[in-house]
Amino acid sequence: MQDGWKRFKPKFLEHSEQTSGTNKSLFNFRRLWKQSIVITLAVVLLPLFTLAVVDYTVSWKALESELLLRTTRLVSNLRRSLTSYLDERIFALNFLILDNSYAQLADENRLKQILENLKSGLGEWYDLGLIDHTGKQVNYTGPYNIQGMDYSGQDWYKKLHYKDQETYHDSIAMRSDVSDVFLGFRKTPHLVISVLHNDAQGRHYILRAGLDIEQLNAILSHFELSNNGDAFLINQEGIIQTSTRYYGPIMGKFPLPVPPFSERTQVIEGQDHVGREIVTGYAYITGTPFILVVVKQKDTLMGTWEATGGSLLLFLIGSVVAIVAVVFGICTYLVNSIYQADQKRLASLHQAEYANKMASIGRLSAGVAHEINNPLAIINEKAGLIKDLFTFRKEYEGDQRLLGLVSAIISSVDRCATITRQLLNFARNLQVNVQKLSLRRVVDDVLEFQIKEASHRHIAIAVDIPAEIPEFFSDRGKLQQVFINLVNNAFAAMKEGGTLAIKSRLTDDGAAIVTTVRDSGCGIPPEHLEKIFEPFFTTKSGSGGTGLGLSITYGLVTELGGLIDIKSTVGAGTTFIITLPLKYHADKADKGDTHEGTVG
Amino acid sequence: MRVLLVDDEEELVATLAERLDMRGIDAAWASDYRSALGLVEVREFDIALLDVRLPEMSGLELKRLIEARRPDMKFIFLTGHGSEEDFEACSAESGKEYYLIKPVQIEVLVAKLNEICQGQGERG
Repeated sequence: MQDGWKRFKPKFLEHSEQTSGTNKSLFNFRRLWKQSIVITLAVVLLPLFTLAVVDYTVSWKALESELLLRTTRLVSNLRRSLTSYLDERIFALNFLILDNSYAQLADENRLKQILENLKSGLGEWYDLGLIDHTGKQVNYTGPYNIQGMDYSGQDWYKKLHYKDQETYHDSIAMRSDVSDVFLGFRKTPHLVISVLHNDAQGRHYILRAGLDIEQLNAILSHFELSNNGDAFLINQEGIIQTSTRYYGPIMGKFPLPVPPFSERTQVIEGQDHVGREIVTGYAYITGTPFILVVVKQKDTLMGTWEATGGSLLLFLIGSVVAIVAVVFGICTYLVNSIYQADQKRLASLHQAEYANKMASIGRLSAGVAHEINNPLAIINEKAGLIKDLFTFRKEYEGDQRLLGLVSAIISSVDRCATITRQLLNFARNLQVNVQKLSLRRVVDDVLEFQIKEASHRHIAIAVDIPAEIPEFFSDRGKLQQVFINLVNNAFAAMKEGGTLAIKSRLTDDGAAIVTTVRDSGCGIPPEHLEKIFEPFFTTKSGSGGTGLGLSITYGLVTELGGLIDIKSTVGAGTTFIITLPLKYHADKADKGDTHEGTVG
Repeated sequence: MRVLLVDDEEELVATLAERLDMRGIDAAWASDYRSALGLVEVREFDIALLDVRLPEMSGLELKRLIEARRPDMKFIFLTGHGSEEDFEACSAESGKEYYLIKPVQIEVLVAKLNEICQGQGERG
C-alpha cells in the first residue's frame, strides 16, 4: 500500500523549496497544487450544492402544494357527496310530509308502509316517527319501542321549534334539521333528520327519521385514501361523529382544536395530538352541525418523495466523489507537468552555466596557448638550427654532449607543444560544432586525460571499438564531454583496481552506434537508478559531488539525438548504454567535411 | 623546390629559412606583406608558408594577392592560435591548403612541402 502510494506520489510533493539563486523554482508547487485543487473544487462544487439545495427545496414545495391541492379536492368531493346524501333524505322526508296528511302519517300502518318504501328507494333507514306540536311522538315505526316519547326537551326539537317560532320560511333549510350524532333513547350512535310542517290550523308537526351512521361511514371510506389517511365528521363542539382510524371513538372528543368556520374548503398543516406531521382538510357542511375533516399524514405521503430524494442525494454524493477524484487527478497531473518543466528549465540553466564556464576556460586556455606558441616556435627553430648545424657541419660533429643538450631542449619544446595543442583542441571543442568524427578517436582523446589516474589506481581500461564503426556526424566537444563524465563516474565507482570497458557496435539496421561504458565498481541500488539522471541527485554529497554530471551527460546525449540508459547491479558494476544516430542533422552535416586534413 | 616564408616573427622565419636551406630547399623569407609581394614580383616560388595573423593584413588576404600574381603557387598556413575562426577561414579556401600549428617539427614541415610539390609534379 505504502509502496503503491510512493510510486504514484507526485515528485513535487517531495521537492524541497530553494529560496534563492538560479536554483530557485518558479513556483511553490505544493501550494500551487493545493490552491488549484481548492479553487477548482470550490468553483465546481459550490454551484452544484446550490443547485441541489434549490432543486430540493423547490421540488419539496411543489410536492407539498400538490398534496394540499389534492387534499382540498378530496375534501370538496367528499363534502359534495355528503351534502347530496343528506339533501336526498331531507327532500324525501319533505315530500312525504307534503304528500301525506297528518292523519295519514299518524296511521301506524301507513307509516310502516312509508318506511318500507323509503328503505327500498333510499337504502337503509332506521326508523320513522311523527311528533306533534307538543313534542310528543304520536306515531313510530322502527326497531325500538319509543312511541309516546316526549322530545320537547331535546336540542334538535328545540332548535326546529325555535326556527319555526322565529319566522316562517318557505325554505326547506329552515324547516328541516339534521341532528348531531347522538346515542338517544336507543343508546346507539345515530343521527336524526327532521322536517317540520304546519297544518291548516297553523300547528306544526314534525316527521323525523333516524339514520344509521354506517352509511356516512361508507361514503367517507368510499373515497380512497392513501395508507394513513383518515376522513370523518365532527360536530362544531368537536365531538367525533363517524368512525376514525386514529382520533378516538364515535362520540369521543376530537383531540385537535375545532377548525374555525369557513364557507370554503380549507387545508391546514400542523401536528396532531401525538406529534405526527399532518395535513388537515376540512369543510363545514351547510345546514348540518357537521364538519368534514380529512387528515393525511405527511411522512407517508412524502415517503415516495424521500426515496427519490435519497437516491438524488446518493447521486450527489457520487458526483462529488467523482468530481473530487477527477479534480485531484487533473491538478496533480498538471502541477506535476509544470514541476517537471520547471525542473528541466533548472537543468538546462545549469547546463548553460556549465557550458559558459567551460567556454570561458576554453577562451583563456586558447589565449595562453597562443601567446606561448610563438616564443615556443622560436625556441624550437633556434634549437633546431643548432641541431641542424651539428648534423650538417662537420666541425661540430664530435661534440656529442652539446648535441644531447640541444636534443633535450627540442624534446621539451615538443612536450610544451603537446600541452598547448591539447589546450587549443579543448577550446575548439567547446563550441557547438557538428563535424564528421571517428568515435574511436573521441574515446582515445578522452582516455588520454584519464590514463594517468587509471594507472595510478591500477584500473585496467579496455577499449573495443571495431574498425567497421564508420565515421559519423556529431559534436565532438559534446561527445567528449559525455565520455569524460561517464569515465569519471566509472572511476568514482571503483576503488583500487577494477576494469573499465568501452565497447561499440552498430545496431542491426546500421542506423546508430551503441556504445557501452561498463565499470566493475560498487553499482547503484535499484531505488537510485530511476533518479540517476535527475539534476542534483547525488550519492556523493559528502565528497563534493554536484549531482549534475550525469544529468548534463543525459542532456548532452539527448541534444546529440541519442539515448542513454543504465543497468546496474550492486557490487558487480554499472553499465551505461549510449545509442547515437549515425546521422545528426542533414542540414549541418556538410560542415564537417571541411575539417578533413587537420594536422596537429 | 622554392619556398617563400612569411611571418612577422623575424627570428622564427629567418631560422626556419636557414634550416630549410640546409635541407636543400630554396627558402626566402619576408616579415610583412610588402616584402613578401616584392619577393613574389622578382622571384619564382612553388609554395608559400604564410602566418595566418600578419600585421596590417591577414595571411588569407596575402594568399589571394599572391595567387593573383602567381596562380600556380601552393600555400600552407601556419598559426600559433589554432582558433576555430582561423581554422574555419583557412579551411574555407579552396585547394589543398594545409594548416599547421606552431611550433612545427621541421621533419613534418619538410614532409608536407614535399607532398605538395610531388602532388603538383604528378599533375603538372
